Amino acid sequence: MTASTVDLLYSETEEELRSAVRSLLADRCDPASVLARAETGDPYDPALSRTLGADIGAAGLLVPEKLGGAGAGHREAAVVLEELGRAVAPVPYLTGSVLAVEILLGCDTESPDVAALLREIAGGRRTCVPAVPLTLAPGAPLPRPVHDVGGGRLTGTLTSVADAAAADVLLVLADTGLHVVPAASATLTAAVPLDLTRPLATVTLDAAPGTRLADAATARAALAGALIGAAGLLASEQLGIAEWCLTETVTHLRARHQFNRPVGSFQALKHRLARLWLDVASARAAARAAADALATGAADAPLTVAVAQAHCSGVAVRAAEECVQLHGGIGMTWEHPAHLYLKRAKADSLALGTAGHHRGLVADFAELPAP
Amino acid sequence: MTATVMTAEHLLARVRDLLAAHPPATTPRADFLRARFDAGLAWVHFPEGLGGLDAPRALQAVVDAELEAAGAPDNDPRRIGIGLGMAAPTILAYGTDEQKRRFLRPLWLGEEVWCQLFSEPGAGSDLAALATRAVRDEEGGDWVVDGQKVWTSSAHTARWAILIARTDPTLPKHQGITYFLCDMHAPGVEVRPLRQITGEAEFNEVFLTGVRIPDTHRLGAVGQGWAVARTTLMNERVAIGGMRVPREGGMIAPVAATWRERPALRTHALHQRLLELWVEAEVARLTGERLRQQLAAGRPGPEGSGMKLTFARLNQEISALEVELLAEEGLLYEDWTLRRPEIVDFTGRDAGYRYLRAKGNSIEGGTSEILLNIVAERVLGLPTEPRDDKDTPWKDLLR
Repeated sequence: MTASTVDLLYSETEEELRSAVRSLLADRCDPASVLARAETGDPYDPALSRTLGADIGAAGLLVPEKLGGAGAGHREAAVVLEELGRAVAPVPYLTGSVLAVEILLGCDTESPDVAALLREIAGGRRTCVPAVPLTLAPGAPLPRPVHDVGGGRLTGTLTSVADAAAADVLLVLADTGLHVVPAASATLTAAVPLDLTRPLATVTLDAAPGTRLADAATARAALAGALIGAAGLLASEQLGIAEWCLTETVTHLRARHQFNRPVGSFQALKHRLARLWLDVASARAAARAAADALATGAADAPLTVAVAQAHCSGVAVRAAEECVQLHGGIGMTWEHPAHLYLKRAKADSLALGTAGHHRGLVADFAELPAP
Repeated sequence: MTATVMTAEHLLARVRDLLAAHPPATTPRADFLRARFDAGLAWVHFPEGLGGLDAPRALQAVVDAELEAAGAPDNDPRRIGIGLGMAAPTILAYGTDEQKRRFLRPLWLGEEVWCQLFSEPGAGSDLAALATRAVRDEEGGDWVVDGQKVWTSSAHTARWAILIARTDPTLPKHQGITYFLCDMHAPGVEVRPLRQITGEAEFNEVFLTGVRIPDTHRLGAVGQGWAVARTTLMNERVAIGGMRVPREGGMIAPVAATWRERPALRTHALHQRLLELWVEAEVARLTGERLRQQLAAGRPGPEGSGMKLTFARLNQEISALEVELLAEEGLLYEDWTLRRPEIVDFTGRDAGYRYLRAKGNSIEGGTSEILLNIVAERVLGLPTEPRDDKDTPWKDLLR
């Protein structure tokens, strides 16, 4: 079994993009303000999203230039997601700039409606969120479709839709195909989410007016492909989460003294952190491999994505759990941001397929069948 | 010589000259290897006249690939690994001109096999606690060595050894050590096979009784042996962690093959563990690949310190799974006959052997516990544990 040649490093352009995103987030998305916004039940900062999407140009990274995008690709979007994960930023990027764009790119981009929507997204002028459960996984059965009750009017209910509250328009997979629906025509019922930084809602459509973008078969294929792309890039968000948790914990253990010694000098703790560092280093390799395979359209991209998801979601959760534990009592407090990372990491481990689901995909791709 | 920068093109031109003057098909192996050394193509980063051309180390791969493609004989690096990987870089860094001229050429040609006399029964991970003594003979100026070493691979075939011994027990343990090149044929050197958990004797115990080493075979200054040994040890870890594996290469290959070929052995519990390990093996492969890409780009990362840890754990878990997968066959063992393998075979032997041999992966070349300390301290910058052995005279330490 051979593997294609992958580029696992970061290019200079990618590092420049990273530092632009990082400094924006340092200014406008520090943990204290993330927490303060999350407490209001409306964690989004539309101005931050606009700057990230339009000014830095992150919204259109996956959109080709002829459709108004940056003509970059998955490697660059992955770097943005690393930084968003590191800041546990409450912006609808994974849903709006990755999953929605991937779905639309799987449709006929010559169609004026599809092209127009992609342009609006790429310009940061419109937030478009797919109305699918966050747990929907590549290779899993698609959700029961919404019904077109006639004249493009859609009726149905979708649960656990992430970032619906931030959306201008929703992408809805109905029995007649893919439709775009103004968010104002849907009823959103906010759920109380485990992850305070990525809100969930139940979306109820009651003869909501939609514009059809693709037929049913195209829509299903587009969504199936988009889920692979989004799952592959989620690994980079998970890497960013894990990195923040490791860095913060190391800093804390070097500064914190107990028993007249820095806590980080105890071998039991050093070994835990060294293992965590190994995990983060390996998660970086796995996430980069997925981003690169998606960017180059490698034949083994679905396998590489499944490997990255099977690995990185566990690493992010482990890093966040270690961060809480090794901060001691401080780690259990509401004031310390560790809990935001734990909640995001745990929710991410369910998003777009669990590690177990992705291992099942590995079994198929690597021809290691179940009994 | 003037400081010309050797490029891949220069080196390839030299390789072509070598191949033209000594066609591999008609040149005896030893002659070809000598010519290769003298052309500076043995290890290109070494100095001219010592098997190299002062070229960037990364270009060795270019030379090796070109020679391999031409069907040139290699010097069988696996069999002369200790000399090649550990003795040579240390001699290059610390040897006198005479030592470099005397030892490097036969070492590279494989005419003289080397072994490493470092570990002792009482000094494993705490290597600097070693007790083998070297005392200066006031009359002849030779050193007289007494002690016992252990885990010495190749000792029974070696002509030379790198040796560290205590030359001043009144100093703290790291300061009173001196590094020597020891003649394995000298009187007083006794090599005994050390049978292992696998039934084989890959390693030896070496007993040193009144072994005389001339002062010209000292490497580095008296009392500076620890600094010299660190050069050797760093190269050892690079050698152990730097192997390249293809997807589903290494230890996962035989267990995946067994899974595919023998459906009757499959269970759900084993399937879950197999998939977890398959994913981990693939991620470890990618991590190693990323490290190599960093090195090639001139941006070495700290990941190298971690690769050995990862491979040790994976080898152990995968081989353990395989024994279980084999069911009744897992109760059997290939052969308990005492053998003396020259190389360790991790894929060509049976699962029981691999399971047992892999136990050594987290011990040899630095235990996993010590490597975790190194990662924690050097990569993460965590403080060392308080220790009172660094300033205490060796003779006063608890042993």
